[in-house]
Parts: sequence; C-alpha cells; structure tokens
Amino acid sequence: MTELRRILVVGGSLAGLRAAEGLRREGYEGELSILSGERQMPYDRPPLSKEVLTGEMEADAVRLVVAEDLGAEWILDDPAVELDLGRRVVRSRGGRDLRFDGLVIATGSTPRRLRPLDVARPGICELRTLDDALELRQALAARPRVVIVGCGFIGVEVASAARALGSEVSIVSIDPPLIVGGALVSGVCAQMLADSGARLALGRQVVAVEGEPGVEAVVLDDGTRLEADLVVVAVGARPVTDWLEGSGLVVEDGVVCDACCAALGAERIVAAGDVSRWPNLLFDATPMRIEHWTNAVEQGMAAARTLLRGSDAQTAYAPVPSFWSDHLGTRLQTVGVPRLADRSVVVEGSLAERRFVAAAYQGDQLVAAVTYGMARALVPYRIKLADGRVPASGATA
Amino acid sequence: MRLVVDRDVCDLHGQCVFTAPALFRFDEAGQLEFTAEVPVGAEANASAAVSVCPTGAITLLE
Repeated sequence: MTELRRILVVGGSLAGLRAAEGLRREGYEGELSILSGERQMPYDRPPLSKEVLTGEMEADAVRLVVAEDLGAEWILDDPAVELDLGRRVVRSRGGRDLRFDGLVIATGSTPRRLRPLDVARPGICELRTLDDALELRQALAARPRVVIVGCGFIGVEVASAARALGSEVSIVSIDPPLIVGGALVSGVCAQMLADSGARLALGRQVVAVEGEPGVEAVVLDDGTRLEADLVVVAVGARPVTDWLEGSGLVVEDGVVCDACCAALGAERIVAAGDVSRWPNLLFDATPMRIEHWTNAVEQGMAAARTLLRGSDAQTAYAPVPSFWSDHLGTRLQTVGVPRLADRSVVVEGSLAERRFVAAAYQGDQLVAAVTYGMARALVPYRIKLADGRVPASGATA
Repeated sequence: MRLVVDRDVCDLHGQCVFTAPALFRFDEAGQLEFTAEVPVGAEANASAAVSVCPTGAITLLE
C-alpha cells in the first residue's frame, strides 16, 4: 500500500474526533484535516435532549476535550458538498478543494423531516445540534403546551424533560415508544410516559398544523385536535450522504462498507458512526447502521485502524452494540441488537416495578439483553454476546 | 499504567465494565470497582474503557 501523507476527516463530531485520535494513537504522523459543517468544535450530543434542556448542564459542559497535541487542522462551518474519487478531492460549500490520500467519512445523520411539519415555521422545532437544544431549552422555560411527534430516544427524552419542567405534553407517534429496545421496553416506556402525565396518541400522525404565524394546535389523522404552543419533530434521522451522490461510492441508507469499515468501491476510504453501514460479523452478514454514541466512539477508532492497516481479520469491526437513555427518572440500557430478537424473557426484576433485565433471543441464539435500572445485571450478557457468538464468515465482506 | 476514576463524575453507566470486565466490575451494591494498576498486556483494554465512558470519568496515567 502507498504511504498516507494527507488524511482528511469529513465530519467534526464524536466519530470524526475519535477517528482522528485513533489515527495518531496508531502512529500516523502525516497531515490531518477535519472538515465540519458545525459552527462549533465537537460536543457531546446525549446531554442535548436531557440535562441541557432541564438546565442541569450548560453549553460549555458538553464540549468534548480535544487534545492540544492532536495536530489537526479544523475547518468549521463548511460542510462537504462533493467527493471526486478520481482526483481524490473533497469540495466544501465554501469552495475549498481538499486533497487526500486517505479519507474518513463521519458526516453523521440529520433529523428526518415530515410533512406538514415545517421546522422553519415558528413554534415547530427539531433537535440535533447544540443550537437546537439551547433554542428548545429557552422555549420550554415558558412552560408551553408541547406536542412531540415521534417516540424514539429524542421524543421520549424531550417528553421527560418537558414534564419535569412543568409543561403539558402530548406524544403523537406512528410507532410505539422506543421500538429499538424491543416490545417489552416499549410497553414499559409507554406506561411510564402515561404515569408521568404525558398524553399518548400512538398509531396516529399529524395531518395539519393550525395557527399563523406560530402554532395553536395540531390535527391528527383521526380528527383529534391537540392545542399546542410548541411542536417538537423527533421522527428519527437519516445519514448525511447527499454530498456522496454520484461519487462512485456505494450509498444505500449510509455508506456501505466491508466488515472493517472500508467503503466499498474505493481505496483508502473508511466510514464511521451514524453514516456507516457495515456487516457486523458478530451477528450476521447483513450490513447494519448504528446511530448510538458508543458506536461512534468504537467505530471511529476501528475505522482509523483500517485506514492505516487495510482490511483484514485484525481490523474487522465486530462490536457488541450498546446504548442507553435516561428518561422519567430511570435508565434504559441495552447490549446487543434487540431488533433481531423474536422473543424476550424477563430474567431478573419485574416489569411492574420498571426495574428488570430481559434476555432477547432469535431462535435459541442470544442477540441482546435490555434493562431498566439494573446495569450490573447486563454484564454477563455482554460477555456472553462478545464471546459466545461465532462470526458468520470470513473477516472481509 | 494506572487507572483513576473520578467518582463525582462517574454515573455508573457500566460501559467500562462491558468493555473491560477484567479491569472494571460492579460490586454487590452496584458500585464500581476497578483494578488501578493495569496489568501488562491490558493497556489497550484500559484505553478502550477510557474512550467508551460516557461521562469521561476515567483517566489512564502513564
């Protein structure tokens, strides 16, 4: 392999930062640039839908530490708009042409939009960036009547914060809460939301927004009219790959990679974090995309290794995914991939007490374990998932 | 190498226990225990535990 003299990381959030750190830790001494669409240096997103909203954490406290000796050039507020694989150049919106020998794609994801909910309209917002969070915090301080559309992590956490701050909260969602955690989690979470005083309109969607220029109410598909001052749209995220269209990379709901996070159809290009889709051979050969914090950390480091050493059995990335969510006074944690499961068994605690551990199986195979409030009991399952599974086939796809 | 955990910052997520169970564990009361002196050969594992801590509570000293 040719020597790498110039590496470009596109994306200045958690995965990009951990990849840059990983490159240095692995001994890369060449030029390193990080191109970011964010106005800010990297910050941590999990608190944005929790402590930042409730005021327990200030904006400064969410900044990620960037070591002074990282030796990287940071280019902020200038998103990538095009990848030219032939010339090995990334073009930015500001007109920069950034040449690279090696490229890390870590552009993350962006909130999905859903008609008729126009986030440009006053009174309708979404939550992805620090600026979004500070704006939402300010809005919540006036104790508005809030309608949250969507019931994933962001929807549930915003509902929790808004209830804690004294707002009336309604949740409108096609899906039950936190489906990523599986049916048991979903049922318990729905009950906790109801107990908190939030109103749930599940299986419903918004068909109209009333009020001009702000928001007075939303109308649901069953005709229900919910009065509201603030609508938070939290209907999931999509990977940021617009800039890769027509580049020659394989893009299918994310940048499709081999088992080592190297992008298919290219040399010395890797992808990490929300934007990466790769086969996690600890589970199966179907490429997965994971939008969790821990994956951004681990995959950032793994992608750095692959970029420097190439794809082989030693650089395969086969993690046990995990996530957490703090809401309604408790903590949900998962190891493994709950969505692969066809059945779950409570092995400790009880659903009624909202404190339990459940093991999730696909056939006879353990694929995940989930808990509300009992992190300690997940440990043996994490170990079993990491050790007890045989990779489906060879290391490289 | 030596591990240090800031107990005021640790929020008992347990990510370090998941990632490096040979170095970190929960005690019976659910509190974090860890092996401060990193055994030879476990340095990469210790470093991974530092990276996956959601609250940045763990430091690895040379």
